[in-house]
Amino acid sequence: MEYLIGIQGPDYVLVAADNVAASSIIQMKHDYDKMFKLSDKILLLCVGEAGDTVQFAEYIQKNVQLYKMRNGYELSPSAAANFTRKNLADYLRSRTPYHVNLLLAGHDDADGPGLFYMDYLASLAKAPFAAHGYGAFLTLSILDRYYRPDLTRDEAVDLLKKCVEELNRRFILNLPSFNVRLIDKDGIHDMEKISIGTK
Amino acid sequence: MFQERASTVGSLVALEKKKTCSYATGAALSNSTSQFHFYIPEAGYLEESPIEFGQISAPKTSSGIPSEESFSSPSSLPASFPFASSESVPLPFPMGHGTTTLAFMFQGGVLAAADTRSSCSGLVACPAAQKILPIHSHLVGTTSGTSADCALWKRILSRELRLYQLRHGRRLSTGGAAKLLSHMLHPFKGTELCVAATLCGWDGGELDDGCRDDHKGSETDDSERRDTTETPKADVETTAGAPGEKVSLSKTQSSSRTKRQCSRRKISFSGPGLFYVCSDGTRLEGKLFSVGSGSPYAYSILDQGVRWGLTVEEATSIAREAVYRATRRDAYSGNFVDIYHVTANGWTRRTREDLKEEYYREKERRRLERERRGTTSSE
Repeated sequence: MEYLIGIQGPDYVLVAADNVAASSIIQMKHDYDKMFKLSDKILLLCVGEAGDTVQFAEYIQKNVQLYKMRNGYELSPSAAANFTRKNLADYLRSRTPYHVNLLLAGHDDADGPGLFYMDYLASLAKAPFAAHGYGAFLTLSILDRYYRPDLTRDEAVDLLKKCVEELNRRFILNLPSFNVRLIDKDGIHDMEKISIGTK
Repeated sequence: MFQERASTVGSLVALEKKKTCSYATGAALSNSTSQFHFYIPEAGYLEESPIEFGQISAPKTSSGIPSEESFSSPSSLPASFPFASSESVPLPFPMGHGTTTLAFMFQGGVLAAADTRSSCSGLVACPAAQKILPIHSHLVGTTSGTSADCALWKRILSRELRLYQLRHGRRLSTGGAAKLLSHMLHPFKGTELCVAATLCGWDGGELDDGCRDDHKGSETDDSERRDTTETPKADVETTAGAPGEKVSLSKTQSSSRTKRQCSRRKISFSGPGLFYVCSDGTRLEGKLFSVGSGSPYAYSILDQGVRWGLTVEEATSIAREAVYRATRRDAYSGNFVDIYHVTANGWTRRTREDLKEEYYREKERRRLERERRGTTSSE
């Protein structure tokens, strides 16, 4: 139902998420933001079971902020991803596992850009591109075919648009619009929303 | 003397009941020092309910957030009986909550409408129930799901909001109330508790002299607009019970941040607020929501007509129409329609209308139209 995608370039990470908040067959919101800002250069994209997504993502968000307040400097994306995965793993075998699928995207001054794929079984993988949701089945092969490590920003946005076009053509559910954001050394930038009809 | 004996007998019976309880619950719960503690009725009373058939033998329980000690023995929550009767025909998609409620925001405030049929496994338990409950003077909540759960949690919410108002000197915003309700319901996720409410309110806005050096500054509203550096209200509440260190930490944080917040405080939010809160954890902000088994029918009517610029009369009539259409098609909605309107001056309630009359009026209208068309075509 929900769709997340991330593409890492040489010095940036481009992420997009759909905007639908659904409840059984009804779209309750058309402009729902699934990205949570962990810090100035880290975004957490979170989909999954209804209440778990917001609860878990806000828990991670506040803890990352707490780390910054206590220690005076921010967590790197890799550290934040490992922290998130550790929490998922701890809750996995408890009475209340969190059923959430995540993408963590960030830019580190030392290590450069990073995109981390995590799923509800607490697996973690650093990947050049990744997607979550049923839409991933349709778009991963497009990413396989056209991705290069030295994509420019415009080429990455075009690749993203190709993926969205394929979803609109073949995916059974209607995902009318997507939030797009880009993270680089200057922080998080909001980019133009992709909707049905944008070329 | 007779009375004395009766009372001792009563107390003996009560003691016996307590002994048969195999789990130590009541005492643990009532002695909890957590500020977020809410009263759960004596487990023995719940266990000996007369309606025993149809119960699930192994209760599905959730232990909730580990830090909350009041839920240390989750097995104390007894088996609850299923809400809906067993369905012989499988449903195409999960049908929720036999009701139709809707709420939307427009230039004149927030309008909430609901039907009044309270159903129980296929029979109408009450044709004149009240599904829109006022929480305080400027906040109204529509209820959907289990009637008892909704009524209880609305009362708990009113109590918590009143406590907040007494402690902090201002009303909590609609978003804050929604967050509070969502966090209170989170420990019950996975159980049979079923509450799907939309909170419709008017926020009074914050005080303009926001540059005050007290720890109220750290507890500004928790609407999603705020950036991530502020601690949420729920966290501060739970740590307030702990000894002074954490409280003073939040105070120093707020004093360094109130300077930055001063400029933000002037742009305080005052106006209508509409939030959907569900016991599965969903919390959404929006301008139009409809909840319940009749909601798809209501959505289709509302999506055609609801705009920001509606007048109060137009908004009321489209809300009535939407509930009426939903009650026509949905078996679990019907009887009357309640409409509440929330503005800056508080909420007002329209007299309850019987939809049976509306049905006959429409039938009459259709008949007249058919006659008119019949006479014009015959000429």
